[in-house]
Amino acid sequence: MTNWKNLLSVSVLAAGISGTAMATELTVYTAVEAEDLARYAETFNKDHPDITINWVRDSTGVVTAKLLAEKNNPQADVIWGLAATSLLLFKAEGMLEPYAPKGVELLDKKFVDKSNPPQWVGMDAYVAAICFNTVEAAKLNLPAPTSWKDLLDPVYSGYLIMPNPASSGTGFLDVSSWLQLFGEEGGWKFMDALHNNIARYTHSGSAPCKLAAAGEIPIGISFAFRGAKSKAAGAPIDIIVPSEGVGWEMEASAIVAGTDNLEAAKTLLDWSITKTANEMYNTGYAVVAYPGVAKAVEFFPPNLSDAMIDNDFEFAANNRTAILEEWSRRYDGKSDPK
Amino acid sequence: MSVSDVAPGPRIREKVGRDAWIQRGFILIIALYLIISLALPLYAMLSKAFEVNIYQLDQFTIAVSSEDGTFPDLPRNLADINAEIGVLGPDDMTASGDGRLSLTPFFPDFSFRSPVKYRIAGVDDSAVFLVGSERHSGKVPVEVDSNTFRKVVIRPLKAHGFQNFARYFSTPSLFQSIGNSVMIALVSTVITVTLAFWFAYAISRSCMRFKGFFRLVAMLPILVPSLLPGIALVYLFGNQGILKSFLLGHSIYGPIGIVIGSVFFTFPHAMLIIGTALSISDARLYEAAVSLRASRWRTFWTVTIPGARYGLISAAFVVFNLVITDFGLPKVIGGQFNVLAVDIYKQVIGQQNFEMGAVVSVILLLPAVLAFAIDRQVQKRQIAGLTARSVVFEPKPNRRVDLMWFGYCAVVAVFIVGIIGICQMAALIKFWPYDLNLSLNNYNFNRMDGGGWSAYGNSIKLGLLTAIVGTVVVFLGAYMVEKTKGFHRARALFQMLAMLPMAIPGMVLGLAYIFFFNNPDNPLNLIYGTMAILVVSTVTHFYTVSHLTAVTALKQMDVEFESVAASLKQPFTKLFRQVTVPVCMPAILNISIYLFVNAMTTVSAVVFLYSTDTALASVAVLNMDDAGDIAPAAAMGMMIFYTNAGARLLHSLGSKLILKRSEAWRRR
Repeated sequence: MTNWKNLLSVSVLAAGISGTAMATELTVYTAVEAEDLARYAETFNKDHPDITINWVRDSTGVVTAKLLAEKNNPQADVIWGLAATSLLLFKAEGMLEPYAPKGVELLDKKFVDKSNPPQWVGMDAYVAAICFNTVEAAKLNLPAPTSWKDLLDPVYSGYLIMPNPASSGTGFLDVSSWLQLFGEEGGWKFMDALHNNIARYTHSGSAPCKLAAAGEIPIGISFAFRGAKSKAAGAPIDIIVPSEGVGWEMEASAIVAGTDNLEAAKTLLDWSITKTANEMYNTGYAVVAYPGVAKAVEFFPPNLSDAMIDNDFEFAANNRTAILEEWSRRYDGKSDPK
Repeated sequence: MSVSDVAPGPRIREKVGRDAWIQRGFILIIALYLIISLALPLYAMLSKAFEVNIYQLDQFTIAVSSEDGTFPDLPRNLADINAEIGVLGPDDMTASGDGRLSLTPFFPDFSFRSPVKYRIAGVDDSAVFLVGSERHSGKVPVEVDSNTFRKVVIRPLKAHGFQNFARYFSTPSLFQSIGNSVMIALVSTVITVTLAFWFAYAISRSCMRFKGFFRLVAMLPILVPSLLPGIALVYLFGNQGILKSFLLGHSIYGPIGIVIGSVFFTFPHAMLIIGTALSISDARLYEAAVSLRASRWRTFWTVTIPGARYGLISAAFVVFNLVITDFGLPKVIGGQFNVLAVDIYKQVIGQQNFEMGAVVSVILLLPAVLAFAIDRQVQKRQIAGLTARSVVFEPKPNRRVDLMWFGYCAVVAVFIVGIIGICQMAALIKFWPYDLNLSLNNYNFNRMDGGGWSAYGNSIKLGLLTAIVGTVVVFLGAYMVEKTKGFHRARALFQMLAMLPMAIPGMVLGLAYIFFFNNPDNPLNLIYGTMAILVVSTVTHFYTVSHLTAVTALKQMDVEFESVAASLKQPFTKLFRQVTVPVCMPAILNISIYLFVNAMTTVSAVVFLYSTDTALASVAVLNMDDAGDIAPAAAMGMMIFYTNAGARLLHSLGSKLILKRSEAWRRR
């Protein structure tokens, strides 16, 4: 039915404005939060009114599964705002069109794919953080943790919640950051001890912070962006950046190989790394790809970008399966509910 | 059939012959529908479960230079190196679709500081390896230094075999779910059937008051998605729950929560089946028991239970199947307690491991099909308990006993209404537990993930389309099976296909649809991602019960109608339009409301199939809860409840009106 409608609107358009440049429609897959999408399209259309964006939006896992399932029959023209770890998967499958957007050299190198020409470019980063409910913690006499290692204290037993890395990108970035921070052996030792304090693992990455905000659990391991939103909504939480450093994931964009609208896709990608676009990302994200753009975001912990570890995305992508298998073997199998 | 094959006969045969051709065409079309919407997708899923990813070491050659950078004349095959030093055993060769194998273990002397260089090449174009995240394939060698060689990984190749199942059973976190699922289903079945039996007993065997009200309340859980009791339990027994202390320190997240929620959402199904069984009782048996001076207890075990045993068995299997295949409830309240249906979701959505998702689906299919097959066998042995000479049992008033039953039913009713009520309360509170003011903020769905208000609109659209398309397909199919003559084999096959959906869990059907419809070689691929595929999957998922309803109604019509129409040389289409449909109107309306309500509440059949334009309310409940927006999830769940309740009301009003008109002939 949608196809019919599209066909109809296209033919109407063609009849109405024959002679002038016809509007191009781009199918854009994204995991950007629903409430930001309209704003993104609007800002883009101010500069490029001739390109219409049709969003296909879902959570990171679903969009990734969808793109992989459509590998031999791609429906998307552009991916705008999906975890870099997912884009690395697609890159390994040969699903992305290499393209160096205009001005890519101005971006922070961390945010650009290392291939030449790059196959994806970063937009912004979401950073891990601990959401700490001060009201519930006071009731339970829990001290505020300042580092990851603090969380191993037995006083927190049963009062911690984190996302399951096997189903949540946020959970995976935590695990991969601990393995990078503490080394392979130290990382697993840390998680062994942490597991004893964890009440349960959630499927989604934002849930731990929302649950901490709702007082369902005093401490949730989630990401800073979510914590800032909950705090703005009036939740009694503090956003804690552990002193050892924090893992982060990048939202990135790429052109899907085989697109029929390559020119429009390139235009969108060019625009997506401009200063204007980065200023737009900055309203929600404290760390963006374009140096010097980022302004402090309300309720965000200051100096967050200094705490970000030197994340090795290739390590994360190439070892993802092995890490998840090991994680499930250790913690999913003996998952006695407390 | 050509004319010369037919023996000469009376002219009337020609008329019947034309009817038979039309009927044959109809059977073919509807059988084709079931084959495309059920048999082929299941086949696609089965074959996916046997699709494995194997590291084909013999596809790669590697040359290692000496320290001054000169390479040997011939590279070595990786399989030969493995045979020599034995890095990987035969069991280690399987991988997931995203598997990557590092090559450094094959070189015991490897050091990333060494000046030694490596050249990697495939022996043919299908060999794929990565340097870092860069993809290479084919026979052109790629030269890297030792430091970069750390980042070289090879990718597996697709093949067929049983390895996925071996992997499944060697992964404790996966196969433990089988025990968990069966355990939960058994415990829930025992509790639900017991509670529902006494409830139905009170309604049919006592003279307590407000029976109609209790019957109505018992049916309420049908109107909500199975996720809703999970959400209610979080508010009741979660860490900020009102009744948290009732759990004595146990967590609601886990088996306790799943069982309580399962009892809630399976209760009406069990109550309906047992209620029907209890209502057909022969008073003469009770009179005999009284005259033989049997104690009430003895009468109960020798008369009541045997009379209702088929109902009890049937209810037990239905509840078992509903619980073991349910996905929404354990997703919401299951915590770390893994069950099969959630494993499928985790494998597919969380890890993009479609093959393992298919394996878990096959495993989940087994208990469901088994329970279904046993139930069918038991039902075949059932003989009519109610004969023409039976006398209907009339309960006698007994104040004390009736009061006791009233108390029992009131407790059950409080449980059911309480679960729904707590969700409504949660939906209206601003920020539980810190700001208890009332607000409509949680209804601001457009600001949440999950699809917003348009998801609600889509659900209603899906409900209506499913009700219309489904009723037409199901009723025509049932008519063809029941009222046509000849082509026994086609009809038997059709009957079997029509019974199959009952045993197929929604998750499994949804996943099978991905494999079948999202295949670029499939011409039906274009319905993927549209409302059409949601309608097809929902109609198919709920086909069996609708089919049985239609068959039962059709069986009540005498076959003489067909014979009379044939002898009056009336085509069957006219008979169908003017007699069959009007007479079966109550059943047709029941089928459509059943399909509508289920299309509004189903999650499992559609969770893999919706797209951005076709997000659904029930899936929005799931996704909002998943993201931690529990109160808005409750709000959306209640929207589904009110819609379904409204549809039910319209249905009963509409039924009355239509019956008045179409069944005037029943009154004299």
